[in-house]
Amino acid sequence: MARFLVRRLFNYVALCLVATFLAFALAALTFDPIAKLQERNPPPPQSAIDAKRAELHLDEPIPARFVHWLGDAARGDFGQTVVNTSISDELPRRVGVSLRLFLLGTVVGIGLGVILGVASAIRQYKFSDYFATLFSFVILSTPVFLLGLLLKYGALQLNTAAGAQLLVFTGETSPGFQGSFGAALLDRIQHLVLPTLTIALGQIAYYSRYQRSAMLDVLGSDFLRTAQAKGLTRRKALFKHGLRTALVPMATLFAFGFGLLITGGTFTERIFGWYGMGDWLVYGIEQDDTNITATVTLFVAVLVLISGWLSDVFYALLDPRVRLR
Amino acid sequence: MTTTDVGAGTHVPAGGGAPVEVPSGPAAAETEGVTRGRLVLRRFLRNRLALAGLVTLVLLYAVSLLSPLFAPWAYNQYDYTAFLQPPSPSHWFGTSQIGEDVFAQTMRGLQKSLTIGLLTGLISIVIASLVGASAGYFGGWVDRGLMWVVDLLLVLPSFLIIAVISPALRGSSWIWFVLLLGVFAWMITARILRGMTLTLREREFVKAAKFMGAPSSLIIRRHILPNMASLMIIDVTITVGATILLETGLSYFGFGVQPPDVSLGTLIRAGSDAAVTTPWLFLFAGGLLVISVLAVNFIGDGLRDALDPNSRGGRRRQKSARKSASKTKKVATS
Repeated sequence: MARFLVRRLFNYVALCLVATFLAFALAALTFDPIAKLQERNPPPPQSAIDAKRAELHLDEPIPARFVHWLGDAARGDFGQTVVNTSISDELPRRVGVSLRLFLLGTVVGIGLGVILGVASAIRQYKFSDYFATLFSFVILSTPVFLLGLLLKYGALQLNTAAGAQLLVFTGETSPGFQGSFGAALLDRIQHLVLPTLTIALGQIAYYSRYQRSAMLDVLGSDFLRTAQAKGLTRRKALFKHGLRTALVPMATLFAFGFGLLITGGTFTERIFGWYGMGDWLVYGIEQDDTNITATVTLFVAVLVLISGWLSDVFYALLDPRVRLR
Repeated sequence: MTTTDVGAGTHVPAGGGAPVEVPSGPAAAETEGVTRGRLVLRRFLRNRLALAGLVTLVLLYAVSLLSPLFAPWAYNQYDYTAFLQPPSPSHWFGTSQIGEDVFAQTMRGLQKSLTIGLLTGLISIVIASLVGASAGYFGGWVDRGLMWVVDLLLVLPSFLIIAVISPALRGSSWIWFVLLLGVFAWMITARILRGMTLTLREREFVKAAKFMGAPSSLIIRRHILPNMASLMIIDVTITVGATILLETGLSYFGFGVQPPDVSLGTLIRAGSDAAVTTPWLFLFAGGLLVISVLAVNFIGDGLRDALDPNSRGGRRRQKSARKSASKTKKVATS
């Protein structure tokens, strides 16, 4: 099993590097940071433009620039933005913001998704099953940015109805907030609810559909009947033997689902004014900033790597056949 | 619509052997004396949700195309007497800050979003079937290379790639954007088709054709691809739905459809700044977006049930296994 996991790890690391290079090369090819400088009025002197070109290494070949950037990045320096601020200084704060959103969204999404899926499989063709199916279909047909907007709109109605600021939908904390720890926590939670819900709803809908199918596959299987025949209660058989088997195909899905999460996270951060990595990516592209784009890509790639590798580990834990390979 | 292809495609190919999707058991009685195309059509029409989806989608597309004929305002007309007005008899969906008629704008955006979705679905399935079938059929380095590209797409979501390339699209036609969407939408489908080709390759009729000296291109065209037709059709609908979501998302950020063109995404973007005070600016576009994607998804589900004989009646469980295989695609494309 260790060999299997190590091999997968190497594969993921190689993919990460290639993905980052690809994003870096594409960004370097399509972005034109000098154009913005030249459009300024009054136009900057040629020497200033040349200095900027040299500073951004625009005249070097792209692979050389990438190797240069990667070498610095390996030492913890992700380079400068186009407007000369350090990426490394801003990185930890933004990573923190994004991870808080992603982790909470994933945990809530997977947890509730699995529960909803199992519940509707066990109650197949009952009202609650149809309701869950309809809910998933509608959510899966709604783009994340629309979902965020609708939640924002709903929160405003709620706040107006309650006559108090129950849910806040801009930023991750109130600017200049002062107060005790408890009050600060409450403030954070008020800001956290809507973005987390935006991310989690899609995940719940997505995972519950697969969990329902996987659980239905298991429900009619022989081994479950055997388990009950040898004296287990239905509940015990379902959760001890059924759920574990039904979770195996889900483990691979979690890795796939992460791509969905990252795209959704970008929208969510933008809509709710969270200055995380997704927001940074959009900003980086708008500013024609290759270094920011490459840094965010590396972050995304590393996250996918970790989730992919974790899903391999789960897979090995849940399915003994993989361990023996 | 596409049923005739299936009927033509799945008849027993030269060289003998049965088609892959042989209806078995209780289904056999139903199939007697009926072509497969008719059978699939009959099953599809019996599925009320799928039929409703199809009717809705066709209606939406038709209305969006024909709306200039009956709408009181054109998309490029400005009503200087009504700025930011809520829906009324003369402006069905209200007006924008500069007096544009939101109904006309929304219809134009809907038309563009649906067109982009359908076109991308077509491009993607053409690439996916060619690449998937060749990878599975030839194996070796072709196969390894393809699988590696698919893995790469997992690490690098297509949203990110297209967003990064988008500055190059500023000021160019939306057709380029469609091509870009198509170029990054085929990978997961190709992987599924490759898996099917691997099993098909070992079937008797393919081997027979091979030993009779048929060239590989002919075998792929005549024997491999037709036998995967049902999966390809299902996958097109999934791609169309996922693409509409991806396109509106990219357009929402300004990375997709560029002004003067509008799509539902750019409309929602324009309306979302004041979402809480003037909801009609984005609610209609958003509602139509959800309805169209929902309709596409219902069609896809209906097609899956109609094309996959195992999914009928009480044997729903087999369907779900297949469903997870083909639905995996949704993730990476969105």
